[in-house]
Amino acid sequence: MAHPSDRAGPRHADGPVFTFTGVGVRRAQRWTLRAVTAEVPGTGVTAVVGPSGAGKTTLLRLCNRLDVPDAGVVSFRGHDVAALDPLRLRRQVGMVFQRPTVFGGTVRDNLLVARPGAAEEDLVGALRGVAVGPELLDQPAGQLSGGEAQRVCLARTLITEPEVLLLDEPTSALDAGARMAFERLVAELVRRGLPALWVTHDLDQLHRVADHVLVVAAGQLLHAGPAAALSDQPDVLALLRSGTGDHEVRTDGATAREQGRKQP
Amino acid sequence: MSGDVTWVGLLASLLLVSVAVVVSWRIGLRLETTIVWATVRAVAQLLLAGWALTVIIDPGRPLAWSWLWVVTMTGYAGVVVRRRAPEIPQVMLLAVTAFAVSAVVTLGVLFGLRVFPLEGRTLVPLAGLMIGNAMNATVLAGRRIVEQLRDQREEVEARLALGQTSQQAARPYLVMAVRTALVPQIETTRAVGLVILPGAMTGLILAGVKPLDAVLVQAVVMFVVLGSVATTAAVIGVGLTHRLFTRDHRLRAIPRPAQR
Repeated sequence: MAHPSDRAGPRHADGPVFTFTGVGVRRAQRWTLRAVTAEVPGTGVTAVVGPSGAGKTTLLRLCNRLDVPDAGVVSFRGHDVAALDPLRLRRQVGMVFQRPTVFGGTVRDNLLVARPGAAEEDLVGALRGVAVGPELLDQPAGQLSGGEAQRVCLARTLITEPEVLLLDEPTSALDAGARMAFERLVAELVRRGLPALWVTHDLDQLHRVADHVLVVAAGQLLHAGPAAALSDQPDVLALLRSGTGDHEVRTDGATAREQGRKQP
Repeated sequence: MSGDVTWVGLLASLLLVSVAVVVSWRIGLRLETTIVWATVRAVAQLLLAGWALTVIIDPGRPLAWSWLWVVTMTGYAGVVVRRRAPEIPQVMLLAVTAFAVSAVVTLGVLFGLRVFPLEGRTLVPLAGLMIGNAMNATVLAGRRIVEQLRDQREEVEARLALGQTSQQAARPYLVMAVRTALVPQIETTRAVGLVILPGAMTGLILAGVKPLDAVLVQAVVMFVVLGSVATTAAVIGVGLTHRLFTRDHRLRAIPRPAQR
């Protein structure tokens, strides 16, 4: 199988992968997102950060049409997603969820849901791509560790050969070792040209993985720009620090340590 | 007929109800009033039904009256289902559709293949049997589908995110729910004669019909039930999938029912 990212990124790298224009989402009588206008670059990792309940996940779900906006337009490579075939869109825009959502059956069954009739070598290749040995293919997916399960979920998404990855806090349920392994995998995919939109509440992670940042608070876009320039935004950093709770941030913008959590 | 129960006999059998009342009172169940009220209601409803049936299925009466009875029963069953399972969206319309499909299938086979002659005497009780079981199947399968799609939302959305259609994404949960509705019926069908002497057969034997004749009727009755439960559960499954997903393959918000 050609690596999904081999044919994806570079071809489209010039333009933004997603564009939000005046996007609003209304749920239960209140706007969870309001007048969001932003671009997600066609290369690298764009982190979506902000306090919990800020609308980060909603923003992500608009990109593969698991949610639809009540105002404004979301575009994928210049095309309004509302006008695209949702089934095709969702295979172009892969998503990994917060909790590892393996389906019943074996790891093989899981991969076959994403790509029915896939050849054995494609299945093995998909697992190799996420550093999982082929011996797990016939293991019941429910017996995997959290880290393995999330990597199988990533493999399951990649086997549909997406052009961009949506990651909804994919490491929040993992221990430090598994989190680092997952980050390395995504970094490699991104290096090979697959852009990613990554929701995280972890400032350490943001500094490790992100090239660009979208800061969302109370449903509004607060800041957008290169991750490296976040240190010039003391107000934004202060908000992220308070919103994420357990982080201390040095004045240069790098997080110093996590409190109340084990050091990796 | 040897199975005739007289009014005196009926009164005597009320002794059994008083046994239930005494049990309830002695061990403090506080169900005495409920039991008495349920008994009064049951006798009244049955007498009313018996009287109505006498009028409707009278051989001289046009068959249209029997059909009218069937249609009314179908509508009322829809109301009952809505009361029992309000958490299923647009349940009444779904249920009535399922009953109609089930009626076409089961009554079509029974009367189309002349298993029974099409008369008020056969139509009304068979339709009642079919609808009664279809009603339970609707509640069981419908509730289960709604619960599954609500509680397994993450999994369902993970399937949708892989590009599956809503029908594909709902299928594993649908299969589980329809099984839930069908398995008890299959179990009953398997145990019949060994453990369970079913109602229709018991009734016929009590009423003096030869056991073998009663068995034939009972077998048909059981197949009617199995057929109607299967048809209803399938229709409810397909119908609910359409209701719970949008046309662009998104799973709608499914609220939890208020605590009762």
